[in-house]
Amino acid sequence: MENGLEIARAAAEAAARQSYGKLVAWLAARTRDVAGAEDALADAFAAALERWPKAGVPDRPEAWLLAVARRRRVDAIRRRLTGEAARDHLRLVAEEMEASMNDEELPDERLRLMFACAHPAIEPGVRAPLILQTILGFDAATIASAFLVSPATMSQRLVRAKSRIRETGIPFRVPERAELGGRLDAVLEAIYAAFAEGWSDPAGTETQRRNLATEGIWLGRLLASLMPEEPEALGLLSLMLFAEARRAARRSPEGDFVPLAEQDIALWDDMLIDEAEALLGRAAAKAVIGRYQLEAAVQSAHTARRRSGRTDWAAIRQLYDALLAIAGSPVVAINRAVAIAEAEGAAAGLAALYVLGDDKRLADYQPYWAARAGLLARLGNTSQAAEAYDRAIGLERDPAVRRFLQQRRAGLGDGATKG
Amino acid sequence: MRYMLLIYVNEAAMAAAPTETTYEISAAYGAYTDALKKSGAWLAGDRLKPTQAATSVRMANGKTNVLDGPYADTKEQLAGFYMIEAEDADAAIAWAARCPAASAGTVELRPIWEQTM
Amino acid sequence: MRYMLLIYNDEAATANASRERTEQILAAYGAYTEALKTSGAWLAGDRLRPTQAGASVRMADGKTNVLDGPYADTKEQLAGFYMIEAMDFDTAKKWAGRCPAASTGTVEVRPIWEMTDYLSEK
Repeated sequence: MENGLEIARAAAEAAARQSYGKLVAWLAARTRDVAGAEDALADAFAAALERWPKAGVPDRPEAWLLAVARRRRVDAIRRRLTGEAARDHLRLVAEEMEASMNDEELPDERLRLMFACAHPAIEPGVRAPLILQTILGFDAATIASAFLVSPATMSQRLVRAKSRIRETGIPFRVPERAELGGRLDAVLEAIYAAFAEGWSDPAGTETQRRNLATEGIWLGRLLASLMPEEPEALGLLSLMLFAEARRAARRSPEGDFVPLAEQDIALWDDMLIDEAEALLGRAAAKAVIGRYQLEAAVQSAHTARRRSGRTDWAAIRQLYDALLAIAGSPVVAINRAVAIAEAEGAAAGLAALYVLGDDKRLADYQPYWAARAGLLARLGNTSQAAEAYDRAIGLERDPAVRRFLQQRRAGLGDGATKG
Repeated sequence: MRYMLLIYVNEAAMAAAPTETTYEISAAYGAYTDALKKSGAWLAGDRLKPTQAATSVRMANGKTNVLDGPYADTKEQLAGFYMIEAEDADAAIAWAARCPAASAGTVELRPIWEQTM
Repeated sequence: MRYMLLIYNDEAATANASRERTEQILAAYGAYTEALKTSGAWLAGDRLRPTQAGASVRMADGKTNVLDGPYADTKEQLAGFYMIEAMDFDTAKKWAGRCPAASTGTVEVRPIWEMTDYLSEK
């Protein structure tokens, strides 16, 4: 029962965000004034989030939002003079759109809005937050927590980015073929950043609560539906679905962390995996390889265990070789080292890890220390393994993972009592 | 910039925790302190005795009053602090989130008011 | 033994104080710090920026939350601290009484829980 209600609530909320994002995008694409568009719809959106879960989603959700927005605005204007921009927005809607909207779907400009949010003139760190706010209507405080930033700081950054869109005259358009590649990468990266924040968030354990991983997938689906011919858009969605499919298996019933290799495959979501495989197949048919397709292929190789009972580490290692060549990053290199360790032995893996040793970015990067600790432990180098475990434990923020690492460290035995 | 991380946890719950949990928590703090030191962020840090060992001194009507207990009666109590060096607030928040207290209580972050004028 | 003196002051009142008054208070803290140092009691001490410059990080429902502002909403706010070395609690209390904040707000004295004490108590 509780679950059914929860699902109905989530569906109503999704519909509200869907309509809200469409309206914000439609207005902003015409005025370049994102903040004004949001302002015009803020009250109506809040009302929808409150009412739709109880009363159901109206037949024409966009028209409902607009009607409420206009009514509230009129009230507000009567009481006091409010934002000029918000009034202009609503007049624009009234004049240009209302007649046609009665029979037609509102044109979907969200893709153009996404490209504006991920424009090179917008600071990379604020692109994902900006998309989450403008397309999905999340408030700054919620986004701030997900990205571990103070709400006041996040608000400032969002305000600054929006005024930059307006003042710099950032275009609301899907780039031409010639420049699409790089610009699309920025959009994909922003969506993946939203997903990854949600994924690394311990709330990933709670299937009932919406979190940024869910929102990232939602955006990924939107993008894949708006650009169905783009292999990397399909690849990103595939990648996220593979990860999502394992959500329930990531924690034991007691809330303990379960590493991928020890996960119960019965807890994996076969339907999501099948969907991810199909997407990856569609992407591969376009014969243009890319980072997200490769990462999705790695995930695919991991999930192959549900059929074959084993993991093909040599294949995974090759995929990471390819990834390193086109999108090298310390993260990819660490995962590659782990794959090498599985395929060729811990010593080879450790050697691949040590090549990275001087990279300053890794000093505070937990997965590096966890990987290093695991490999050193396998080689019987308990004192160094203990040291690396300590470092990983100290850098972890998820209590379940912290406990897991502590247990591994304790499992090293007496040779490593003091680090 | 220097930041103070103020650790608030429920001290009754801490005192009532089984020895094993206490060791696990201590080890987590040890590892956290170590990670701070290795990354060069650690400046200072200490644990405070529980609030029952606290005394508050304030003046009322020109007279110094000494009261048992902490200044504020809160659900979680100040249990210790770290002082760290961080490039900016974002980096400091990232360290605060890694502190074991972030999952057991609250970590408050305050920039130090440097006296350079 | 080491003690922490936690200084609670009404930060709005501090911010609104006249320039003259602010200088007077700063001078009082300067003299107090000097006195601590001269006696060999001073170990550390710092002033904190007002609570609005702070943030709080906690986990709720398994999710990390970042909130603006301090942990507790109190009438007076933690404004700074001293760490001192004192023979015993009474000496520490005496130092707390001399702190300028004892007359404008509250000074809370808390013994440091030394690792050695902590382990022997457990």
